[in-house]
Amino acid sequence: MLKIKNLKASIEGKQILNGIDLEVKAGEVHAVMGPNGSGKSTLSAVIAGRQEYEVTEGEVLYEGNNLLEMSPEDRAREGVFLAFQYPIEIPGVSTTNFLRTAVNEKRKYHGLEPMEATDFLKMMREKMEQVEMDKSLTSRSLNEGFSGGEKKRNEIFQMAMLDPKLAILDETDSGLDIDALRLVSDGVNKLRNKNNAFIVITHYQRLLDYIIPDFVHVLYKGRIVKSGDKELAKELEVKGYDWIKQEVEQNA
Amino acid sequence: MEETQEIDIIEQVTQQEYKYGFSTDIEMDTAPKGLSEEIVRFISAKKNEPEWMLEWRLKAYRHWLTMEEPNWQNFKYPKINYQDIIFYAAPKQKIALNSLDEVDPELLKTFEKLGISLTEQKRLTGVAVDAVFDSVSIATTFKDQLKEKGVIFCSVSEAVQDYPELVKKYLGSVVPSTDNYFAALNAAVFSDGSFVYIPKGVRCPMELSTYFRINAENTGQFERTLIIADDNSYVSYLEGCTAPMRDENQLHAAVVELVANDNAEIKYSTVQNWYPGDKEGKGGIYNFVTKRGICAGVNSKISWTQVETGSAITWKYPSCILKGDNSVGEFFSVAVTNNHQVADTGTKMIHIGKNSRSRIVSKGISAGKSHNSYRGLVKVNRKAEHARNYTQCDSMLIGSKSGAHTFPYIEISNKTAQVEHEASTSKIGEDQIFYCNQRGMGIEEAISLIVNGFCREVLNQLPMEFAVEAQKLLAVSLEGSVG
Repeated sequence: MLKIKNLKASIEGKQILNGIDLEVKAGEVHAVMGPNGSGKSTLSAVIAGRQEYEVTEGEVLYEGNNLLEMSPEDRAREGVFLAFQYPIEIPGVSTTNFLRTAVNEKRKYHGLEPMEATDFLKMMREKMEQVEMDKSLTSRSLNEGFSGGEKKRNEIFQMAMLDPKLAILDETDSGLDIDALRLVSDGVNKLRNKNNAFIVITHYQRLLDYIIPDFVHVLYKGRIVKSGDKELAKELEVKGYDWIKQEVEQNA
Repeated sequence: MEETQEIDIIEQVTQQEYKYGFSTDIEMDTAPKGLSEEIVRFISAKKNEPEWMLEWRLKAYRHWLTMEEPNWQNFKYPKINYQDIIFYAAPKQKIALNSLDEVDPELLKTFEKLGISLTEQKRLTGVAVDAVFDSVSIATTFKDQLKEKGVIFCSVSEAVQDYPELVKKYLGSVVPSTDNYFAALNAAVFSDGSFVYIPKGVRCPMELSTYFRINAENTGQFERTLIIADDNSYVSYLEGCTAPMRDENQLHAAVVELVANDNAEIKYSTVQNWYPGDKEGKGGIYNFVTKRGICAGVNSKISWTQVETGSAITWKYPSCILKGDNSVGEFFSVAVTNNHQVADTGTKMIHIGKNSRSRIVSKGISAGKSHNSYRGLVKVNRKAEHARNYTQCDSMLIGSKSGAHTFPYIEISNKTAQVEHEASTSKIGEDQIFYCNQRGMGIEEAISLIVNGFCREVLNQLPMEFAVEAQKLLAVSLEGSVG
């Protein structure tokens, strides 16, 4: 589904990604871990298409197409979803209204008629139940005055509504207490299936107790320096990142 | 990549531009260019007006000659040559129409094209329309049904003929003919507009609306609207307006007067979409308008809602004189400017009555190289015990070349008054746009969504069907505002 080859990217002239190689297939969950400043969020931003980042080398193929040539909105319409680390507030726009626009824009792109209001509301109710989302949130202005946990759960709810093929969760666990973490993870687990894939970006192993990854990658200085299965995450939890840093320095 | 995207959007905009920019080819009856006593007499004679009306006009004209064009505004415009304007232009047709069937089909077509059907059975139920084309009203729908309730809804020219006592009593009672430069000009040459009278105890059974269309070249439009809500009555009135795309600026200097007697309520909504000029700032309407209402009676209420998206320059301050005790004045405004447009708009709330209350919610959005100013006055007179005002002024900037300005004036002469003012300025965030992009929305949809959210409080004040129109209009006005 996603093939990243030797991806290099910079922001304001500063190179952050130094040659990423990563392949993600349908049905897989990949965890990307790493110390602060290793380039985790940059990777998600480049895949989603943030303009501030300049890709200097390499390629990203998504379902065989050059993802980097697509506009951010077309990537989304083709099924790429990013759950933001810091979801954005849009005053005066309810989650319902926001999602109706998003869902219908996606449908329009795929040559479908806009959804009937009643069908849309039915889908909202079903998905809300699925990810245990509080009804009252959907009528409030998007993310405005939401707690950290509410914002993250709203991201998962949006993901459920948009039914992406490739979902990237950018530090979705940051700032969550244990109950919220469980709810968010349950939501993700319910949405997992053999046709979609997840890239879970996290700093801590904790989230991976709930969302069991097929692969774990360690990002350091803009490169994937180590890959393994879920046991690698556990090792990191015990030993921290320093031993990996040392390994990298020695090999350099 | 960013640059090509910018070009794409600009291309889209040049292709889509102003939707109402067509003109109608129809035989017109026009006055010679320029302004003089002769022209004032010409207009009055065209309308077959009684002597008192002509005298009122001439008095205003003579006063206007002694006045200077104001210059305190926050923008510049080229000096208007009043001798170069045609002050009267009307489609040639029989003066008195007995029914809609007699309206020139070309005119009916024009309004159809604008989405205003004058054929009653096709009209949305619940909305009566007065259609004004250049200097004259060409048709008013649902007149008879309204008359059964005692509601008078007709053109102001008809009112002068049919209800002279009401016109004499109220015309100029809120905006005197000497009020300001453009109001004096209007009083001298006003051509048409709507007249509404709601009798005591009547709740007007439908929305009333006037649709103003400027068509002819080199003409000015000077309509005059007068709405009187007698004791214990209610009316909701809406006006809309469009004009063809022309390279010359055209002057629109209207006057609107509202009178609310005891316990009466008037809700006045405007969706203003005059031609804004092209991307370089060429052409467009100068929208210099005086709108004022008086809450004359106790417990009366006047509520102005305006969505201003068109015009090269919008310069107006719909105001309330809160004379009655416990009277309420409201002003809800959205002003959007793009490209080279200018808006200098706001309100005046003059508190005279005890416990009078007012609320101002203003949302200004500036994109392109445009400038958007809020200018407002809250004045509490000596006798206005316990007057209250709440003002909220929010500005949103799109891009880095536009400007937002706020000029609030507060004059308090009574210690018991409570006045609050809140203001904010924000820039439409790249983060917000990217967030919307990431959910599958293009830049234009993203801006439209964010702007509509920003204006929601005001849009909620509009009658349902017009709120939808207004939302679309905001989206179109801002097209191409971000690259």
